[in-house]
Amino acid sequence: MNLAYRYTRDRILHLLFIFLTSLVVLPLLVIFGFIVWNGLSSINLDFFTQELGSPARAVQGLPTGLVAAVLGTVIIDLLGLALALPFGLATGIMLAEYSDNPLAGPIRILVSTLNGMPAILMGLMAYALIVKNTGGFSGISGAFALGFLMIPIIARTTESVLRITPWQLREVAMSLGLPRWRAIMNIVLPAARPAVITGVLIAFARAAGEAAPMLLTAFGNNYLNLDLTKPMDTLPQRLYSLAISPYKQWHILGWGGAIILLLFVVVTFAAARGAARSLEKRTEALKFDEDKNV
Amino acid sequence: MEVEGGHMDLKRISFIYRGPGDRLFNILIVILSSSILLLALGMAVSLYWESRPAFEAFGLFNFVLETSWDPIAQLHGALPFIMGTLITSLFALALAILPAIAAAIYVTEYAPKWVATIVNYLIDLLAAVPSVVVGLWAIFNFAPVLRENILMPIFLWAEQNASWLLPIIGPNGPSVYNITSATIILALMIVPYTVALARDAIGLVPKEQVEAAWALGATKWEVIKLAILPYAAPGIYTGALLSLARALGETMAVAMLIGNSNRLPFSLFGPAATMPSVIINEFREAVENLHLSSIMAVGFYLFVITIGINLFATFVQQKLFKERAR
Repeated sequence: MNLAYRYTRDRILHLLFIFLTSLVVLPLLVIFGFIVWNGLSSINLDFFTQELGSPARAVQGLPTGLVAAVLGTVIIDLLGLALALPFGLATGIMLAEYSDNPLAGPIRILVSTLNGMPAILMGLMAYALIVKNTGGFSGISGAFALGFLMIPIIARTTESVLRITPWQLREVAMSLGLPRWRAIMNIVLPAARPAVITGVLIAFARAAGEAAPMLLTAFGNNYLNLDLTKPMDTLPQRLYSLAISPYKQWHILGWGGAIILLLFVVVTFAAARGAARSLEKRTEALKFDEDKNV
Repeated sequence: MEVEGGHMDLKRISFIYRGPGDRLFNILIVILSSSILLLALGMAVSLYWESRPAFEAFGLFNFVLETSWDPIAQLHGALPFIMGTLITSLFALALAILPAIAAAIYVTEYAPKWVATIVNYLIDLLAAVPSVVVGLWAIFNFAPVLRENILMPIFLWAEQNASWLLPIIGPNGPSVYNITSATIILALMIVPYTVALARDAIGLVPKEQVEAAWALGATKWEVIKLAILPYAAPGIYTGALLSLARALGETMAVAMLIGNSNRLPFSLFGPAATMPSVIINEFREAVENLHLSSIMAVGFYLFVITIGINLFATFVQQKLFKERAR
């Protein structure tokens, strides 16, 4: 084991690490490249204004588009967010600000656990609770499924964001005589607002990409439908249906849908990254002393 | 507190903190956050409730052991799907773990800062790509290319030279959609989680320990091997376990790639089915109540398996972090 051998081994392992890392990263670039290359041609005005209709429409070359899926995704996702937001935010506040509460321990473990649970189970639950009791597949049941999915995500991001806001903010607020709840709602939350919002955006983007729960609840609809009590179309579920269909024209439309979905996810993701970084910078400036006993 | 009337003041202050506003807020927060408990409970109860007819017909445990799934004969057993799920998930984890640990080491120890930032960004982005988009790419590009260029030559070679391999890879030749391509894509889907969790585990290694190894004259790799990996190992293992739970529940990409055959025995180049894939593929076509309830029962067992693994791994992980984060 002389030094030359040890250095050579180091260099070989360094190359091996680079190689293995590229195995993780390169497929992403291939996926992006392939989807943009294939899908760009199908993105035009019709794509955003026309309904899908029957396969014959696409085969005959008549104008078709995914307006139903795009609108459906936005509506169902927003509704799901509205359902999840109070519960998710409250859970995040509970875990970050009231960690002395006896319920905090079990809730924290369940939040992580539910974050790792398959989304399809949320779909099955929404089917059992909503679809079965309201008599059919509907947009609203899809919103519930996405709401279930978003609660633990919002809870976790809110908790971690509140934890990195400086503890001094609370001390200062309380020293000025504010009750604890006012300190949280009027001082801590506003200070963390951009990061809380991006956490919510992450949940929103994650839900927007979930096909499995949508297949079991909102079901899909080839025609534009804005009645929440009837089956509605969503983008990820439509992508699946297009991909397994036998029609070439529908495949191309699917590539276009994938571009829209990816674009949405990437933009949200970049915004979230940026906001997290700016919050870190701001809180760093607020940390006047390295008082670590908090 | 030496101030005169300090007691009075303290009482007044604590009165403010226990005022009606605080109490109300506290109650509100506790009620709203209990939704998490309700969510977990609701999932268990509603799935079990919907699967009761299947459990009554086949038995809670016999349902797991029954090997055939035949909706027309009204015979339903979950074993093929449990097998399919376990095979694909375990192989996917095996494929993902080495590159994942390597990538985590590379970005934390080797890469210059700007490279690490880009690689971290891309890996986190990969985690954010919807499963159905990966599936779309895989069925039109990855799976056919893999079959033509790798699986087919292997099969032809095995047919000539290694007939003992045929029962494992399938005697009929590679089908378009098969276990192997689904497993590789599944590995791709879980690898960003494994990397992120391994990265966190490595981040908890005390600086002093690393510096001590440097001071003893260790080379870079020796520092990693002697000071970093042993300390980070428990965290990496629990991260792998959490990734496994992800793999078990990964739905769309696998459902699009695995070929949907519930006939045992499975072979590596042949089609199969997993628990999530059978739910997606049969749920919308199920007309018989028993069929629907059997699909729900598969979902119930998927719930039991994933919540078991997740609870265990989360528990261990939180204990580790509490012990080590200073």
